Amino acid sequence: MAKLKLASYWASACGGCDVAILDIHEKILDLAAAADIVFWPIATDFKYSDVQAMPDGHIDVTLFHGAVRNSENAHLAHLLRAKTKVLVAFGSCAHIGGIPGLANLFTREEIFRRVYHETPSTVNPEGVEPQTKLAVPEGEITIPEFYNTVKTLGQVVDVDYFMPGCPPTPKQIWSVVQTIVSGQLPPKGSVIGASEKTQCDECPRPRKEKKITGFKRIATAQPDPETCFLEQGFLCMGPVTRGGCDARCQLSGVPCRGCYGPPAGVLDQGAKAISAIASVIEAKEEVEVQRIIDQIPDPLRSFNRFGIPASLITRKVL
Amino acid sequence: MTFEPKIVGILCNWCSYTGADLAGTSRIKYAPNVRVVRVMCSGRVDPTFILKAFADGADGVLVAGCHPGDCHYIEGNYKTIRRMALLKRLLADYGIEPERFRLEWVSAGEGDRWAQVVNKITEDVRKLGPTKIKPAAKKKSSAA
Repeated sequence: MAKLKLASYWASACGGCDVAILDIHEKILDLAAAADIVFWPIATDFKYSDVQAMPDGHIDVTLFHGAVRNSENAHLAHLLRAKTKVLVAFGSCAHIGGIPGLANLFTREEIFRRVYHETPSTVNPEGVEPQTKLAVPEGEITIPEFYNTVKTLGQVVDVDYFMPGCPPTPKQIWSVVQTIVSGQLPPKGSVIGASEKTQCDECPRPRKEKKITGFKRIATAQPDPETCFLEQGFLCMGPVTRGGCDARCQLSGVPCRGCYGPPAGVLDQGAKAISAIASVIEAKEEVEVQRIIDQIPDPLRSFNRFGIPASLITRKVL
Repeated sequence: MTFEPKIVGILCNWCSYTGADLAGTSRIKYAPNVRVVRVMCSGRVDPTFILKAFADGADGVLVAGCHPGDCHYIEGNYKTIRRMALLKRLLADYGIEPERFRLEWVSAGEGDRWAQVVNKITEDVRKLGPTKIKPAAKKKSSAA
């Protein structure tokens, strides 16, 4: 059997997904035995022009991490789609928007004002902002256009598989690599490297009846290491988050933040979180209800930290 | 042409839907802008329904159920109070005007109140104008 041709690309991402791939440790040698890496900007010296020169469908599998935030990301998404047989949206950003997707609660103008003018560390007396084109004596130079709205990979190009996680766990990466090498792929459009059930299904903390009378924050209160976080009043996205990571956060003493995205059949992780969490608040009077929910500082970003671009309402209303 | 708001109404079977029925049989005239969806209990209303209505182009959403204490299922509408209070904060974070979403209690005997509630949200939304939410991206982000 010919060796697989594998590519890995980062669009609007932090690089954590690339590190997660390296976190399969010595198995990377098995990966190298099964696949030739033809494009991997963080680790190898292939250029965009090398990808451009490939015939269509040349790459067997591309692991695409990162959201689509600017025109360079979009260009590479289209380019890699054309050159790739199996395109995997790898990690939360490509899958549902991820942390970069939180920028959809602002406009490009607000982001530029903050970043290039207002941050305390910025010195910019001339008020310079990035321009997509600049004429210099040698000719015109260009940089990519920064979009107003962050999109998921699936909103820009046709995606074959979605692999959740911020980042996906090395164990799941390895199982997906084995699946790809075996050639026994699930139906197109499937979420791979994750479970069909929720985090609570994997979380070892025992579940009892939940009655929340007030919310606490992990920064200012010490959670009990054995009890369910929600029962203690810590916001935990476990009930509305796809399993597959073996409850790594909960086992490390912090509540689930929701990076694996909504479980199968859920349209909007944030809406489901409201449904689940409001159900277990112990209050009937509107005043008391309001008092308790006002203890949640930021419901939208707590309930939908990773998935705003993929939610029903994909950005702040302009 | 004047703007006619499209409002989705989600009504509980036992009180509000019957109340709306009473408004009809009493021949009360009121704004025709609410499209009614009947559910068995306001406690069955998943916040997803409201976000989906907005995402699909509703200018406003009205959820109506039995008065607190009068739920046919004893406690369903207490759940509604909690969910909708939290949802209102979420909608505010998205920049959706609070007048576009209302939670109201309408009993089976309050046909006139139903008419008032509908007239109120219709007028409020009419003043705000059409929804500014752009239709959701066509492609789905996952097989969820």
